[in-house]
Amino acid sequence: MKLLDFEKPIVDLNDKIDDLKRLSEEGGVDLSNEIAKIKKKADSLKKEIYKDLTPSQVIQIARHSLRPDTLQLIKYICDDFVELHGDRAFRDDPSIIGGLATIKGNRVMVIGHQKGHDTKENIYRNFGMPHPEGYRKALRLMKLAEKFKLPIITFIDTPGAYPGIQAEERGQAEAIARNLKEMSALNVPIITFVIGEGGSGGALGVGVANKVYMLEYAIYSVISPEGCASILFRDAKKASIAAENLKITATDIVGLGVADGVIKEPLGGAHNDVDFTANSIKEVILTELGKYKKIKADKIMKERYQKFRSFSEFETDSLD
Amino acid sequence: MSILEWFANKEKPKLTSTKLEIPEDLWVKCFSCNDTIYLKDLTNNLKVCPKCNYHFRISPSERLSYIFDKDSFKETEKNLKPIDFLKFKDTEKYSDRIKKAQAKSKANEAIFTGTAVLKGMMTNVGVMNFGFMGGSMGSVVGEKVTRLIEMALDNKKPLIIFTASGGARMQEGIMSLMQMAKTSAALDKLDKAKIPYIVVLCDPTTGGTSASFAMLGDIIMAEPGALVSFAGPRVIEQTIRQKLPPGFQRSEFLLEHGMADMVVPRKDLRETLYKSLFMLSAAG
Repeated sequence: MKLLDFEKPIVDLNDKIDDLKRLSEEGGVDLSNEIAKIKKKADSLKKEIYKDLTPSQVIQIARHSLRPDTLQLIKYICDDFVELHGDRAFRDDPSIIGGLATIKGNRVMVIGHQKGHDTKENIYRNFGMPHPEGYRKALRLMKLAEKFKLPIITFIDTPGAYPGIQAEERGQAEAIARNLKEMSALNVPIITFVIGEGGSGGALGVGVANKVYMLEYAIYSVISPEGCASILFRDAKKASIAAENLKITATDIVGLGVADGVIKEPLGGAHNDVDFTANSIKEVILTELGKYKKIKADKIMKERYQKFRSFSEFETDSLD
Repeated sequence: MSILEWFANKEKPKLTSTKLEIPEDLWVKCFSCNDTIYLKDLTNNLKVCPKCNYHFRISPSERLSYIFDKDSFKETEKNLKPIDFLKFKDTEKYSDRIKKAQAKSKANEAIFTGTAVLKGMMTNVGVMNFGFMGGSMGSVVGEKVTRLIEMALDNKKPLIIFTASGGARMQEGIMSLMQMAKTSAALDKLDKAKIPYIVVLCDPTTGGTSASFAMLGDIIMAEPGALVSFAGPRVIEQTIRQKLPPGFQRSEFLLEHGMADMVVPRKDLRETLYKSLFMLSAAG
């Protein structure tokens, strides 16, 4: 398993445990007491470390190569899933996936960014960075959902919309802008989960939702801390300071009112227990679906509009 | 022989020399063709290089005076001011950056909103100011754009926004990202109310501004040579590790790729805006 640098003290202890185990097997000595002691120490150390992570440590977990992705979560959460492809204009973008699904009998539309876990997959998925046709596919599926009165579930996990020549040629800005506008007026409920990286406009492009939840170690930011550091601090190495300033962790985002709740992850991050993570998400989905069943379409629309209309921080100059 | 031709034949004079004691602001150098232009000529030509047609960036007040009927602009929401609610500090505190920008531009924020008259036609107008922290969109810019749209919904007069912005304001974190959704959602209401909305893309319009209200006009016009993009050229070059072709992400590139309706020279903008709005309104 890929290790994160701040987990090194835990790994060192685990190595010690392995050494002792080998020693006891080879020498025929009973070291189980010592092993148990160190194991206890390793566990409490892990709890200690994970109790107080810095934003840049959280980023490492959010970007972990084994972090559960959209398709994986769909497999755990949905009883059935029929993937739909293409924007009907240019091509199918593998960086955003979507389709019809049932979750404990509830019919829904699921859409999300899709990353890979190894080089080959990542190249195919373009590291979860969509082109305009990805956003247009997402919008097509959302309109389809509205037509057949299906609630929409979206999963956000992208470093950002792809910054490339062809993406610009085909109107990356227009594609995202259109999604923001159209999503705001859909008359079915939209529930969004930030499951890994919530990278700027590329994330928001499928995130104009009635309810936004964040996994405990997911992040949501207007710009990547690296990008922010190289522009404002003129030094990409200052990313950790930028990350602290930007306020990108789940608790920060909930504190600012942009997300509605944090979904707890297992110790060490979602990849340590995908089943647990997926179940926690599923519970929230079922609760929300239950609530929205009782709310009329125009009210659902109004609620979403008001949510985004209220995002304002300013003061009024009374001197004028 | 015009004075410009005379200069073209001469070695470029060193305008910075203190010995000559020529006030520097009498002459400007064109950023595009490097020609030296008499400032008065440039101003008389709506700040467009008479030689190469380069469109200089202009201030909101210049823009308003070029496009709308004399002194017809009435500002709204000018008392909204940004606050440093994240206590953001890079090489400088955000609160200090705000103060500096306000002192320099003598305005509270990076956009002016209000009403103005275009050849007798009443319009709702927003003009962004790139000179104020790169025209970046934080809470106040997002709020002013939204209130401007709401004013248009109320008075049922057309909306024109001149964009010039580097994108979302990083110092306001996630809240500036949310302004993209807020403004775009308000535009959906304007859309359904069938009130015309024209965007004029000015140099530069990038990032979160382009990926929200700037690309949602019923008609999208662009000033010649304006940089309009989602990702900035530098970011793209770093990502793909290639030099970008000349003209990439300029207005003409957008027109060619179907992302803008027309590229309009500054001198034709007043007439083109009026004609387009007249035809849209006459249809309703």
